[in-house]
Amino acid sequence: MMKTGAQILWECLEQQGVTTVFGYPGGAILPAYDALKYSNIHHVLVRHEQGATHMADGYARASGRVGVAVATSGPGATNMVTGIATAMLDSSPIVCITGQVGSKLIGSDAFQETDITGVTLPITKHNYLVTHADQVAQTISEAFYVASSGRPGPVLVDITKDAQQSTCDFDGKPVTPQLPGYRPDLSPTPGEYKQALELIHSSKRPVILAGHGIILSGAMDEVRAFAEKANIPVGLTLLGLGGFPASHPLSLGMMGMHGEAWLNTTIQEADLLIAFGMRFDDRVTGNLKTYAPNAKKIHIEIDRAEINKNVKVDVALVGDLKAVLRELLPKLKTQERHEWLTYIDRLKGDVAVRDIQGLTDNGHLYAAHVINDLWHETRNRDTIVVTDVGQHQMWEAQYYKHEKPRTLITSGGLGTMGFALPAAIGVKAARPEADVWAVVGDGGFQMTMAELATMVQENLKVNIAIINNGYLGMVRQWQEFFYDRNYEATPLLSPNFVKLADAFGIRAVAVTQRSQVVPTVEMAHKHKGPMLIDFQVEQEDSVYPMVAAGAALHEMIRRPNPIVETATDA
Amino acid sequence: MLNTFVVHVENKPGVLTRVASLFRRRAFNIDSLTVGRTEKPEVSRMTIVVDADRDQALRVEANLYKLVNVLLVENITGKPAICRDLAIIKVSAPHNERSPILEIINVFRARVVDFALDSLTIEITGGEEKVDRLIEVLRPYGILEMVRTGIVAMRRGTKVEEDSAAAAAAAASGNGAATVASDDSVSYSV
Repeated sequence: MMKTGAQILWECLEQQGVTTVFGYPGGAILPAYDALKYSNIHHVLVRHEQGATHMADGYARASGRVGVAVATSGPGATNMVTGIATAMLDSSPIVCITGQVGSKLIGSDAFQETDITGVTLPITKHNYLVTHADQVAQTISEAFYVASSGRPGPVLVDITKDAQQSTCDFDGKPVTPQLPGYRPDLSPTPGEYKQALELIHSSKRPVILAGHGIILSGAMDEVRAFAEKANIPVGLTLLGLGGFPASHPLSLGMMGMHGEAWLNTTIQEADLLIAFGMRFDDRVTGNLKTYAPNAKKIHIEIDRAEINKNVKVDVALVGDLKAVLRELLPKLKTQERHEWLTYIDRLKGDVAVRDIQGLTDNGHLYAAHVINDLWHETRNRDTIVVTDVGQHQMWEAQYYKHEKPRTLITSGGLGTMGFALPAAIGVKAARPEADVWAVVGDGGFQMTMAELATMVQENLKVNIAIINNGYLGMVRQWQEFFYDRNYEATPLLSPNFVKLADAFGIRAVAVTQRSQVVPTVEMAHKHKGPMLIDFQVEQEDSVYPMVAAGAALHEMIRRPNPIVETATDA
Repeated sequence: MLNTFVVHVENKPGVLTRVASLFRRRAFNIDSLTVGRTEKPEVSRMTIVVDADRDQALRVEANLYKLVNVLLVENITGKPAICRDLAIIKVSAPHNERSPILEIINVFRARVVDFALDSLTIEITGGEEKVDRLIEVLRPYGILEMVRTGIVAMRRGTKVEEDSAAAAAAAASGNGAATVASDDSVSYSV
């Protein structure tokens, strides 16, 4: 049956199980939009194409399915760049579909022409330029396969206007990807398994460092079984949070720049690091020269280009984490490690006395209180927290205890401010039955707050907690610590967020006292529509502990003891 | 040290850009890169010479494999291989200087491909060192213009041919999604 490229596009997306796409129309993608009338796919109209990519990203991270964003050529496509790079660095499977000028006009600097496959070459896992209708089906099948297999990532498909308009014979049968060079399914050799087990069995002070790979591989049960069987404590990266239950006795929380002090010290004193699906990012290791100096290293990772990239390892098991752990588990010996675990427990004591939760109510509202209370009020519900980037993100990671995978969605690798609100909309679209909270700073929120309109138009209930401290807080913190308190360009004027929300038809409340936090969160739960809460927190609070850039992982700037939180307190 | 990679890629538009972009992005230092057709119309072959230590060389290989269009990567550094560079050299050759130049050309088994009134254009094929040496001895006569292709390389023996044949067969049969590279063709190890 003869069909246009545009019709084939939507049919192929349906075949891939796509039910929702996030997009913004324009000239070069209009044929595709016109053909939407033949499709059951729901289109969410965003307010900026960056929002579409973050929504697709949030959708993918919350559901494990591929998220889809659509934009026109030129500015529509270039607006996607930040979202594509965000998905690339966090291994998030999204497919971006862009319109392109007619194939005969390519290279002529036509109206709204951008070489978007060239632009996105280094920030996509793979990309395609489609110039004929008969390439659409093959390309879409490959795009979804590449995006979701192996180490997931973004794939961009640029389709010329004439490819959308012209027709070809299409029988609707699913097409098999033809990717002879693509090898997403490597596995380790028996010798490598043996070496890894020997290192584990001879280790006295091992620690597991687990990252996003647990969640992407769906290896939660295997990681837990592994840790429990061998009595090895588990530290998590930011993107690994939720992959191992925070309440588990072997859980050591988050590692790295703003990680738990006891965990960073544990890593530095360990004799064996077992990395599960993580990539030794600089925010996790601190200075590489002094990183875990006495530890052997085992790296289980699906992307072999990550092996020995930052940290030289003794044994690398390249493969899917779940499959590798299943192979290791039967041969893994049970070991007690009582001394090591007791030692780590002792390290925690010092942190407890510095905990801001122990601070008596002195009239200040601290972000840590807000996050802690939000956690208490939402922990027994099906809650997904989506954060933006900055101080509030780190406080969320520290004080919100994630028990389940895909309950924290955050931009880790790229650190994209403006991520939270659109990503939360994507999360809600993917998981309508879940309570979705966007936790954002006053800075990042203003980058993409136009998507409030998208949320309202789509009738999606996302609750928004603005951690409003009147500064670009993380930058201010760096200025405080490393730039002699020269607060250049960080004080931030914000609109009246309550009135702003009102203009969008969103209920909103400002909170200035700790006693108001719980009731307001309760109010948000009861309210049918979305709710925005403007938490006006202490302005000059800092995130502790902190490993300064270039410092060794154990050289942390600690929260002062006794606790002194602000300049006025001191 | 210089590492020589033979990279079999799908013969599709933009693949050279992807490879070049990878080297730029990861700050790998390309010494030379050649690309050309092979016995299979759907496969192109690149010979890439990279300045890298052992670890970097392994990362170059692993990163090349991350490119979806890359079929097979062979690091032939230190392995028995035929490596050939082609140069065309235009050298100043007034009448009285022609004979010594022609003698040199004979010794190097190079060829004269153009004979002008006061210049000779010489073609030489060989290992990089041989080409280097010829250039060295011609330099005093005045090299007017020169171009080199960079090396193309192929392993000796039949083993690699089997590997590349397997990769090309996978490319041709098109069920590559299900194809797992044999251990032999993945020379990467830690």
